[in-house]
Amino acid sequence: MPSLKELKGRINSVKSTQKITKAKQMVAAAKLRRAQAAAEAGRPYATRLSAVMASLAGKVSGSAAPKLLAGTGADQKHLLVVVNTDKGLCGGLNSNLVKAAKAKARELQAAGKSVEFYLVGKKGRAPLKREYPSLIGAGFDTSTVKTPGFTEAEAIADELIAMFDAGQFDVAHLIYPTFKSALAQDPTVNQLIPVPTPTNAVEAESVVDYEPSEEEILEELLPRYVRTQLFGALLEREASEQGASMTAMDNATRNAGDLIQKLTIQYNRSRQAAITTELIEIIAGAEAL
Amino acid sequence: MPLHFELVTPAKLVRSEEVHMVVVPGTEGEFGVLEGHAPFMSTIRDGAVQVFAKEGAVPEIIQVRGGFAEVSEKGLTVLAEHVEA
Repeated sequence: MPSLKELKGRINSVKSTQKITKAKQMVAAAKLRRAQAAAEAGRPYATRLSAVMASLAGKVSGSAAPKLLAGTGADQKHLLVVVNTDKGLCGGLNSNLVKAAKAKARELQAAGKSVEFYLVGKKGRAPLKREYPSLIGAGFDTSTVKTPGFTEAEAIADELIAMFDAGQFDVAHLIYPTFKSALAQDPTVNQLIPVPTPTNAVEAESVVDYEPSEEEILEELLPRYVRTQLFGALLEREASEQGASMTAMDNATRNAGDLIQKLTIQYNRSRQAAITTELIEIIAGAEAL
Repeated sequence: MPLHFELVTPAKLVRSEEVHMVVVPGTEGEFGVLEGHAPFMSTIRDGAVQVFAKEGAVPEIIQVRGGFAEVSEKGLTVLAEHVEA
């Protein structure tokens, strides 16, 4: 049985924890709204670019297709680009991402491919390093900027394309959380390089002039498409992080409330017991006289 | 008939408005787009997009970097990675 003083100390410490989780929850809720708006605003560009890509990729195929679209011809070295958050306190978000990355890595290794990781964000590094200490390649640190934007996406994409051109990998997969709601953020695995040929290639209804040629336009658009994909992943990550954090902190606040209630009851009971014991002692003493 | 002009960056939809004419700095030379232009696609070199709100009006200049222009029957869409108004 803990003493009264100990109980009081515990109640106070849980109370201050509750204050912290409550504050974090409110901050996340405010940031979530902004992150969601940013994700929303980024959509028109992505839809338009992929529409143009679809119409062009349908026309340029075969040997004329750029390397980013056609691939290196091999399918041996795979790169997993895992987009994790930089900060914790967001529930199971990062462990779910790591789980998805590990599953993908196992699947590829079972098929006899070699796997390497490229990590964006801090939180995935430790758990992946524990499992695959030798497979962690380069990475990108997004923790230095407040909200990662297009500049960061550009830097990541340029580095990946350079690695691709240098022949360091044949296929790159992008693993990132998709924001569904504050309660659900699903890890998604997408092929990033070579750019998957859009299946819904719409046949152009009218004759379109191209300047310069289709091949050259496509050549210029493909790196841009990769950048947009990464930018989208960063936006989704931001929204997911805040959503997951909000939910996790809401739960933590509620748990702290329950704990405080339980401890308070225990505190009152032992105080009552102490008073009763004291009274019995006094009465017994008085009767003995 | 006005031309529907849209300027989009990865971060947001910068412009969506009806204008008279837009002059776009294409990789192989500047070109002006009026309403009813034939379907056309071009990459853009870094430079200024000139937007003429009315015929004969003073053009509004928007600096773009890393761009791409598409003309369809719906109008002109400029996709740019960076925009400085």
